[in-house]
Amino acid sequence: MNNVYYGKLIFELSKEGRCGYSLPKNELGQYKLEDMPAHLMRDEAPALPQVDELTVVRHYTNMSNNNFGVDTGFYPLGSCTMKYNPKINEEMCNHHAFTGLHPLQDPSTVQGALEVYSNLQYSLAEISGLSEFTLNPFAGAHGELTGLMVMKSYHLSRGDEKRTKVIIPDSAHGTNPASAAVCGFNVVVVKSRPDGTVDVEDLRPLLDDTIAGMMMTNPNTLGIFEHNIAEIAQLVHEAGGLMYYDGANLNPMLGMCRPGDLGFDIMHINLHKTFSTPHGGGGPGSGPVGVREGLEQFLPNPRVVADEETMSFKVVSNDESLGSVSGFLGNFGVIMRAYAYILTLGKENLRMVGPLATLNANYIKECLKDCYELPIEGVCKHEFVFDGLKDKSTEVTTLDVAKRLLDYGYHAPTIYFPLLFHQALMIEPTENESKETLDGFIEVMRTIAREASETPELVKTAPHNTPVRRLDDTLAALHPVVTYTELVADNQ
Amino acid sequence: MNYKYFPHTDEDIKSMLDKCGLKSLADLYEDIPGELVLHRDYELPEEMSEVEVRKMFDELGEYNQTLNCFIGAGVYNHYSPSVINAILSRSEFLTSYTPYQAEISQGTLQYIFEYQSMMAALTGMEVSNASMYDGTTATAEAMMMAVANAKKRNKVLISDTMNPIVTRVVETYAKFHGIVVEHIAAVDGVTSREDFENKVSQGDVAGVIVAAPNFYGIVEDYTGWADTCHDNKALFIMNCNASALGVIKTPGEWGADVAVGDGQSLGIPMNFGGPYVGYLCTSKKLIRKMPGRIVGATKDMDGKRTFVLTLQAREQHIRREKATSNICSNQSLMALYVTIYMALMGKQGLKEVNALSYSNAHYLADELCKLDDFELAYPGKPFLHEFAVKYKGENINELLDTMLDAGIQFGLKIDDHTLLLCATETLSKDDIDDAVCICEGFQNIDK
Repeated sequence: MNNVYYGKLIFELSKEGRCGYSLPKNELGQYKLEDMPAHLMRDEAPALPQVDELTVVRHYTNMSNNNFGVDTGFYPLGSCTMKYNPKINEEMCNHHAFTGLHPLQDPSTVQGALEVYSNLQYSLAEISGLSEFTLNPFAGAHGELTGLMVMKSYHLSRGDEKRTKVIIPDSAHGTNPASAAVCGFNVVVVKSRPDGTVDVEDLRPLLDDTIAGMMMTNPNTLGIFEHNIAEIAQLVHEAGGLMYYDGANLNPMLGMCRPGDLGFDIMHINLHKTFSTPHGGGGPGSGPVGVREGLEQFLPNPRVVADEETMSFKVVSNDESLGSVSGFLGNFGVIMRAYAYILTLGKENLRMVGPLATLNANYIKECLKDCYELPIEGVCKHEFVFDGLKDKSTEVTTLDVAKRLLDYGYHAPTIYFPLLFHQALMIEPTENESKETLDGFIEVMRTIAREASETPELVKTAPHNTPVRRLDDTLAALHPVVTYTELVADNQ
Repeated sequence: MNYKYFPHTDEDIKSMLDKCGLKSLADLYEDIPGELVLHRDYELPEEMSEVEVRKMFDELGEYNQTLNCFIGAGVYNHYSPSVINAILSRSEFLTSYTPYQAEISQGTLQYIFEYQSMMAALTGMEVSNASMYDGTTATAEAMMMAVANAKKRNKVLISDTMNPIVTRVVETYAKFHGIVVEHIAAVDGVTSREDFENKVSQGDVAGVIVAAPNFYGIVEDYTGWADTCHDNKALFIMNCNASALGVIKTPGEWGADVAVGDGQSLGIPMNFGGPYVGYLCTSKKLIRKMPGRIVGATKDMDGKRTFVLTLQAREQHIRREKATSNICSNQSLMALYVTIYMALMGKQGLKEVNALSYSNAHYLADELCKLDDFELAYPGKPFLHEFAVKYKGENINELLDTMLDAGIQFGLKIDDHTLLLCATETLSKDDIDDAVCICEGFQNIDK
């Protein structure tokens, strides 16, 4: 990363008459766009920039230099599993035999692509202990929504229309209640115990025949394994509900534990977390959804199935399905990367992912718990939460610590989530980081804790060495300027 | 242990476990009841070297056929400048996440701001969000936005000239969200104005969704539609082909409240269906009802112009079950894709792409209609790069198979006598002549 701010906008580099493309000559100039009825055409060309190719290349290259990625440095962003994105995955997803396929091409001409899709479906089912997967959902939140649609379809298929509620722990990711609401469910919140796990006694009275199911992530957002999971699943099942597994925290389970074996009926997986596909600055992701035997028919259309008889793959739709949540078969480019990852690791390395990610998290926790407040003792899984600095006399907040970390060349952990702790600082190192990297981070975190006591102003005014300093969020929200046109008008 | 993605030596593991007061990696899972632990290997293949992985994908690729593409139906084979992939592969963009730490994410924030600006310019709308998954889900989000905006209404109208793939997703979201979707009939390939006016005037409609160009490639005339919607307190929502917006009348000019669609036509490779990018633009008045992330301009402590995620009070992580959308990210890298595309193509390039596609499609239509077996399904209706033809022969499947044998995907079969055909600038006159020649030859067989 370059700490000198670039900051220009492409519109500011534009000059009338420049262009950055080349197109074939029109051999059929007798057919003229100008023959279209004028009242159906736009009055003026869109106000897009006019720039030459090198200007475009330099502009976005300079812009990228003000960005921090996993390839730049340690990115312990809790709950996001910022693991290494292997380069071979990128090479495979750009394979020329796949990128030029139209999604509605005749199935006989896309058998290789369908085989990749089918093999990944199978691999995820095996890793999850579930029966079948769809790879159509585009992201984690989209997977949640799809999974909840499966849940609702299941109840409605039995004529059970009174199940309108979904139980969600207070520690859950914000998308869980939002997905439930979009799916037309009411949300019932179940409390956590002081050790961060779901309070089974609080859960019992919530269970009746209006409950469609329960959404959980395990380990939960505090990185704690829900050790009562078997009992919880049994209680929910006895009440007629289904168990939904939010796969955001699947990474520590790789090789050790399968959601299907824990009693979950439906789940999504974030391929951009557990299966190493790049986060791309916020997307594209992929959120495959898996179900237990007996729920397969509700998965979204279209589906890819292997036809044993003809030894080929088919794209099918069925009437019992919940419907469609995507135009085609999801983010195929992301699916290609995840399949390359699974092939590359193989079963012998996949089983090491969970333990090493968990080892890294516990090591950081143990090395820092004398300077940062550890609200929940004991072994964590792939991530854990500190509740701010141990020394509460300094007025230095979690936000300040996060910003100071940027000065030292680290991405900050997730902050102020989960909501259970006021100064939450959620750290997830992933399995790819070496002991030396972790030791470097630990050293810096200890330095910041010392600075908080000795020179608190230095921390409270951080960052100092980044391309830009702290931003005025309030100005942006009170006076939203969201396009270049508005920006120009604003400057006048 | 010795594996390229795991830096841990045996010694590292031992000293780290020591620090944690543990003896083995298994101890890290001592809190999990034994019967829940997986005590076997996954039934999956063993580790593959890069040599083997490459070979595997090469072999799988042999079962695919990249065809000469006369099919569109929502996904278009446009020219994709080589600059774009080169920039997208920069790991500073590729391996970052949502720009939560704005001080080290100005790259992402800046290109999203550019994306929003360009999409607003392209659609003629005032504001754009930071992008969505794809065009189908963006349209479903626009529907939910209309219903949330109307408060007490839960009905939405959708034109029968909408791409049925979009309609299917919209109807799925509607079913679960408790929204009633009614169709507006299509007459002669265009939306029935009469049916629209009858249905929207019932007083219970939150939004009306139409397409431009529509599924059959026709550019419909929506003069007065926005006014009729507004008179009846419904939002007017237009799903538009992004590339075509470079030349056709914009949602902004038609008076639409929301413009949505897929950005794939802005140079994104077809990639067997994804990743693409959905766009959603609206008026400043409705910005707080808009789903998805938004980037805004602001200043840093030193007064520098900077960019930041803003208006987050609308979003799921704040509103949780009160949110009207569960979107928690954007399709960032693909937003960057179309941003660079629009930067390169600029004002003139999009027009040229449309002009070339127009020429190719109209030449194809003319040449086909010279044959006895073909005629336009909707003669006289204006189209750009896509159109429906009637096929009067008996064996359309054989025709399509003959085309496949020649390496051509000859459109989308709508029914046994209708094909939806498309020609973009990536086809040459020779490509078109070859396809027409096959049709001509086939004509004599298919009697």
